[in-house]
Amino acid sequence: MINTIIQGVLLGGYYALIAAGLSFMFSVMRIINLAHGSLAVLAAYLLLVLAQSFGISPFLGLIIVLPAMAALGFLLQRFVLDRALRAGQLVPILATFGLAIVIDNALFEGFGANTRSLSNYIGTLSYDSIELPGGIYVGELSVGVFVLAIVVLGGLQLFLSFTSYGRAIRATSEDPDTASLVGINARMATAVASAIALATVGLAGAALGMRATFDAYTGASQLLFAFEAAVIGGAGSVWGTLIGGIILALAQTLGAKVSPLGFLIAGHGIFLVVLFARIWLAGGVMALLRRRA
Amino acid sequence: MSALAVQGLNLHHGLLHAVRDVSFAVGNGEVVALVGANGAGKTTLLRAIAGAHRPTSGVIALDGKDIAHVPAHRRVGMGIALVPEGRKLFTQMTVEENLLLGRMARRPGPWTVEKVIETFPNLGPRRRAKTGTLSGGEQQATAIGRALMSNPSVLLLDEVSLGLSPIAVERLYESLRTLMQSGTTILLVEQDLGRAMRVASRVICMLEGRLVLEGSTTSLPREKITEAYFGSGHERAMA
Repeated sequence: MINTIIQGVLLGGYYALIAAGLSFMFSVMRIINLAHGSLAVLAAYLLLVLAQSFGISPFLGLIIVLPAMAALGFLLQRFVLDRALRAGQLVPILATFGLAIVIDNALFEGFGANTRSLSNYIGTLSYDSIELPGGIYVGELSVGVFVLAIVVLGGLQLFLSFTSYGRAIRATSEDPDTASLVGINARMATAVASAIALATVGLAGAALGMRATFDAYTGASQLLFAFEAAVIGGAGSVWGTLIGGIILALAQTLGAKVSPLGFLIAGHGIFLVVLFARIWLAGGVMALLRRRA
Repeated sequence: MSALAVQGLNLHHGLLHAVRDVSFAVGNGEVVALVGANGAGKTTLLRAIAGAHRPTSGVIALDGKDIAHVPAHRRVGMGIALVPEGRKLFTQMTVEENLLLGRMARRPGPWTVEKVIETFPNLGPRRRAKTGTLSGGEQQATAIGRALMSNPSVLLLDEVSLGLSPIAVERLYESLRTLMQSGTTILLVEQDLGRAMRVASRVICMLEGRLVLEGSTTSLPREKITEAYFGSGHERAMA
């Protein structure tokens, strides 16, 4: 039982890592990025190509892939999301949904339907483990991903709270017009925020590729887990994202213990329970709709 | 040379011709009051000078340089700061964070968080409070402080006394007095005509987007300003 809980918490770290960029983008730019999962898979494929064709270890590959993802985020904001946002709140959702389809199918076109993994390129790390007291073994990679999630979430929090650019990004998310009146280049601030979000997606893609397998259409399920973790933890709250990831993963691992089918069912179940509890606490569906109006 | 000069400025909000062929100048260190009825175009004019609205035509010159096509965030670095109507603070952030945002343009000058708190002592104890929880007077002081933090050469104040208690207004103008005497160029919109006449050396009156009267506060009779303020004669009274 304790073993299950520990493995669940560590898996939660991975969910928090993929949810970090999603909830950062939502809280800072008010954009729900439906291409989030597909972009993580894209990063995993980029690392795979570097490893397969150039013999670059996925860890070194991050030195190339993270700046590339950040640049992609910057351009995505400038040329797609910025325009979409000006057309209304729902348009960015449609735009990123379309982007997800484009990425998924381009990857399928380029790499075929084979299931891939980065685990062959990271030496023994994919199966090395640490023994905890009580005869419980935890994977070094899982622990590493969990620590990385905390570093990423903590880093985002510190950046937003204590740096002048972090303050500029927060100010822009609250009121872009006034932000430009105090001297902030609002378009630049959102583009930088988007670059940061996609750099975290690059890390999530690396974690995905190293700890599991992926194919061109893995993005949708990753998006779903990230979305569920973000909603359970309270979208937009940095530490809530970690808690949300852990709750989701605990439900999944405990569910899997009950029945092989329990993994996904329990995960979606806890998501729905938390979602309805939040709606109920907010005064019901009608109150939510009224507040929107 | 005047610190700020507006020449033949026109601005449209869709079909509304909000600012019509407005020209005026503000000298270095001068305090000028911009008065007029609601909807006369005062706020639009200030926001156009700050860069929040694009003028249809005309020149906005800062120290002789046309800035009409410079984006708002770069005008702050050139020395223009607007205290917007309704204060427009970042309510999720603290007083200190709001003040520090004023430094984003990195314009060198004397203003620091400490100096703003010295100027508006009521902010001292609220330094780490979220601005959403402040009183109106404290919010207005924060908004002015945030503008000052960018070390402006021209400060635009849009209805800083709006929604404040008479005591808070008194205290605010008390703090502003030192600022006005220190040689900062100020263009201010103020609903209270008496107060505008007291603090400014010159007054500009707008009516329906046009500049209808301009003169020194000491030489202009108050009746004349009131007349310009509401438009002259009977047709206005009938409407």
